[in-house]
Amino acid sequence: MTNLQKYENAFIETLGIEQNQTTNLEYQAIPEWDSIGHMSLITALEDVFDIMMDTDDIIDFSSFEKGKELLKKYDVQI
Amino acid sequence: MLDNKVALVTGASRGIGKAIVEVFAKNGAIVYANARKEGDLDDIISENIIPLYFDVTDNSGIKNAFSQIKKEQGRLDILVNNAGIMKDALIGMISGEVMREIFETNVFAVAELIQFASKFMIRQKSGSIINISSLVGVNGNKGQLVYSASKGAVISMTKTAAKELAQYNIRVNSIAPGIIDTDLHSFVGKEHMAERIAGIGMKRLGTPCDVANSCLFLASDLSEYVTGQVIGVDGSALI
Ligand SMILES: NC(=O)c1ccc[n+]([C@@H]2O[C@H](COP(=O)([O-])OP(=O)(O)OC[C@H]3O[C@@H](n4cnc5c(N)ncnc54)[C@H](OP(=O)(O)O)[C@@H]3O)[C@@H](O)[C@H]2O)c1
Repeated sequence: MTNLQKYENAFIETLGIEQNQTTNLEYQAIPEWDSIGHMSLITALEDVFDIMMDTDDIIDFSSFEKGKELLKKYDVQI
Repeated sequence: MLDNKVALVTGASRGIGKAIVEVFAKNGAIVYANARKEGDLDDIISENIIPLYFDVTDNSGIKNAFSQIKKEQGRLDILVNNAGIMKDALIGMISGEVMREIFETNVFAVAELIQFASKFMIRQKSGSIINISSLVGVNGNKGQLVYSASKGAVISMTKTAAKELAQYNIRVNSIAPGIIDTDLHSFVGKEHMAERIAGIGMKRLGTPCDVANSCLFLASDLSEYVTGQVIGVDGSALI
């Protein structure tokens, strides 16, 4: 599985959404990605990529695209 | 009572923290014991007591500690926020530096540790967080404007975190000790201590073990429906 697939799957599984919904998805744009969904998403991504994100990055994680950029800091290329 | 549970206890070099580590380990837990100074845990390290050296006010130290626990155990069942400092000063003589130091250790570090631990526990959909507050955080005390405020904050954080994390089956409680016989009171003279003991209903100081045993209850499944509570361990002390 590529990193992109793993990344997408984390969104699909934790937020319970369809693959076509992930493109340009923004935090709090859909009911599923609320603050509770956000914490579940972060813990899932930390598990999948075996990382531990800084609180500031968790706060900055404002969209599907922004998340990709932030994960570069943890040597995860998507 | 804690078989197969993984615990992290901060401020375990002495006093209450050390007793909590020993009681948890005796009850079957794998305990990560935290201290600031390398070597300070040498006398308690054993097969199931693992030392973790970091200052609780250092965020990167906290992060490394949680990474190590994740790597070695993959889970965390119990967090005890015990590390704390007490500095007394009368109103009018409290420096900004002391205010910051007390809040950084007793409040901000606790908030940070709760954030890190809850990520493990959200994943597991279980966990118990125990914050050591103080009787003075409930009642206030002369000469302890900032310390009592910091412990009051610990109690508020406990109640809020309990509400927020209940949906993940994570329990958050606090122990509010009265006067416990540790180095925290080393500066108090004998005469003054006798006066303090006279104000305790049970006419004795508490022991670190008295506090540790209450933590054991909150850490174990015996308290699985208890959250958001502040348990006084004070022998009916009058403060
Ligand atoms: N004793 C009492 O009567 C009483 C009453 C109410 C509440 N409490 C609370 O109970 C807790 C434990 O107190 P205690 O009586 O056991 O006090 P203690 O004997 O003074 O021990 C305090 C512990 O906290 C650690 N610590 C302090 N700052 C730290 C930091 N920045 N990073 C990591 N560890 C740090 C100390 O480590 P070092 O050895 O490196 O200094 C020590 O292990 C505290 O939160 C205290 O406020 C105590």
